[in-house]
Amino acid sequence: MRSHTRWLAVVSGWGVLLCAAGGGAAPARAQESHIGGMTGHAAAAKPLYERYCAGCHGDEGDARGENAQWIDPKPRDFTMAVFKCRSTPTGTLPTDADLFDAVTRGFVTTNMPPWVALTPGNRADLVAYIKTFSPKWKTGHAGTPITIPPEPALSIESMRHGRDLFQKMECWKCHGTSGHGDGPSAATLTDNKDLPIHPYDFSSGSRFMCGVTNRDLYKIFMTGLDGTPMPSFADDIKPADGWDLVHFLRTLQPLDTPEARMWKAWLATHAQELKPIGPPGTGQ
Amino acid sequence: MRVRITRRGGTAQMSWLLSAAVTSGCLAAALALSGGRSKAYTAYSLAVHKASAIPAFARKYGLRCSACHTVWPELNAFGQRFKDNGYQLGNERDSPMWQSPAYWPIAMRTTPQWHLESTTHQITDAAPAGKTLSQTGFDLSGVDFLLLGTLHKNITFGLVPTLDADGTTGLEAAFVRFDNLGQSPWANLKVGKFELDNLLSEKRFTWLSNNGGFLYAYHYLPSGSANNFGFGDNQIGAEFSGHSFNSYTRYSVALLTTDDGEPGLPGGKSMDAMFTLSQAFAPGGGLGPQRVGVFGYLGHRPTTFETVVGAPIPGTGAGNKSFYRIGATAQLWLGNLELLPLVSHAQDDAALGPGPEKPTWNNALLEAHYVATPRFMVQGRYELTRMSTQGDPATPQTLGDADAFALGFRYYPFMISRDGMALHGEFAMTRTTGTAPLSGDGSGVDPADPATKVWSRSLLLAFDFAF
Repeated sequence: MRSHTRWLAVVSGWGVLLCAAGGGAAPARAQESHIGGMTGHAAAAKPLYERYCAGCHGDEGDARGENAQWIDPKPRDFTMAVFKCRSTPTGTLPTDADLFDAVTRGFVTTNMPPWVALTPGNRADLVAYIKTFSPKWKTGHAGTPITIPPEPALSIESMRHGRDLFQKMECWKCHGTSGHGDGPSAATLTDNKDLPIHPYDFSSGSRFMCGVTNRDLYKIFMTGLDGTPMPSFADDIKPADGWDLVHFLRTLQPLDTPEARMWKAWLATHAQELKPIGPPGTGQ
Repeated sequence: MRVRITRRGGTAQMSWLLSAAVTSGCLAAALALSGGRSKAYTAYSLAVHKASAIPAFARKYGLRCSACHTVWPELNAFGQRFKDNGYQLGNERDSPMWQSPAYWPIAMRTTPQWHLESTTHQITDAAPAGKTLSQTGFDLSGVDFLLLGTLHKNITFGLVPTLDADGTTGLEAAFVRFDNLGQSPWANLKVGKFELDNLLSEKRFTWLSNNGGFLYAYHYLPSGSANNFGFGDNQIGAEFSGHSFNSYTRYSVALLTTDDGEPGLPGGKSMDAMFTLSQAFAPGGGLGPQRVGVFGYLGHRPTTFETVVGAPIPGTGAGNKSFYRIGATAQLWLGNLELLPLVSHAQDDAALGPGPEKPTWNNALLEAHYVATPRFMVQGRYELTRMSTQGDPATPQTLGDADAFALGFRYYPFMISRDGMALHGEFAMTRTTGTAPLSGDGSGVDPADPATKVWSRSLLLAFDFAF
């Protein structure tokens, strides 16, 4: 008799687990994301968002999670639907793939880690869920990704032209003459919520906010980082010239890149040919 | 207009309530079955310290416990990657230089509890034929002091002093780890005392009771064995490990001293070796990826020592005899249901056993967690151990066979990035044939009749907290 009771306990225990598993299916469908052939569903992501995101971004996506007060820079406010890292022109919504890449990659030097260990399905669901926080996703569409021409071969001429653009576009005003993020305007910068923001320090050697490749770097200044003082230069720099700026910016990083090696070798014998970067009157 | 996400359907809520109701029912039934017996001495548990959740990381990175834990202390895929990466997120802010000077990488965990233990067929002075012994009351677990973090970018440390409830101190873990050697996640070197790279971690699992708080697969030894090895015991040695960028592919190889984690080189000069290999896949929409893995351990234990005045001299062990453990395990997700199967096969050299044959045995278990929300889960486990070959052929084939069943729940009243607390309920019972339960409950003496089935039960209600 007692043996029967024990087995009843065993069977009922496993039954509970299996019943509960079946009961968790079929959530309501509200918003979707589409990344490649994958479809993410917002309805499936609410517990995922609570688990991974709400602590900083807040239950309502308004960047008011309990941990937000301790974070610098502050977490993204999804209710504004303004995103830094996009493949689309400035002022437009990012593609689902842009958001998916951001979740996957994280943001270097911030509290946003790379969530690459989550399954692609989970990440796609979270992208769909993020889009429920702003009505812009119901009334508008993602912008059309910019066209990026093929990267030309690396050359000294390309890097020198990029250096000229760095001067002409006044990148140094924020990023500093050596790319240390210490330009004359650096201390005055604020984001779209009037919070202080620091320009990127190329000498930190870390990855870029929106990726690690030359192509990512090209996208950053051609689309701008919306919500920050970093504008889009799509109207000011010809697409082909953009690669020249990429090649030069790579030389500002303390990394062993092809650009840095070629630039360093050239500088050893031609440094005197360069005019200093900086405000008018410093030699330009 | 904002799109509102509907809550889970009524069916899910009903299942949740049903889970809670039946779980409570099982616990109540267990209480009734185990109660009303005479009080007597009950040996304390296997004293498995839990490396557990580490709120120091939550405080450092500002992430909720649920970011790294399915429910703490069990790691999820993100937490596993974080651990594999040397407790680093990889956001260029992992070095302690980026932390406030006041940051102190320490967390503590302990578990005030009420529990009941009841074990049948226990031999006592007054009852040489055996009787049921039970003990119940409020009690304490030990305290784990979890000091883990980074000394510098890509240099990780771990230090886990422990304090048992009776005042005994210990050093559960102490290691340094060099991460991402050559800028590659495939090369990491850890030296010191640490948990083996068990996919089904006993240090981070969600069971606490005397009979449920360990795995037979990790601690079982046949009757009369002179071996002291336990997969679940932290070992001393060096581990070389690696993983893919997302930690879906993982491996480790380790060289370990033959002392089962005891410092001071009490055993011999030989070395044990272990390997693990696992691969995760990400089909479907479960709470995590599907992972399968294999593991193996080849060990030695000395059979003779140099002596002085008849006493063995530590570290002089010789006449090493081998043993091995091999197995396979998995972590599978069906929606919010997590299944953790494990099968293993073990063999000891005959010289480590009681007779002329090499004792061999097999183990299989299935553990299931239903993670209803990041703050509530119900769980169950069934595990069986069967002797395949007895060291002494005269021994009954079933001597030492064991069955273990456990059912429980954990509820987390809040979920923040500073600390954590869980209301823990658990009922666990084991049936061992001819031997005392491995939990140590009861008198610890084997029954006179090797065919006797000994039942040992634990009922535990606890507040499990870490800060």
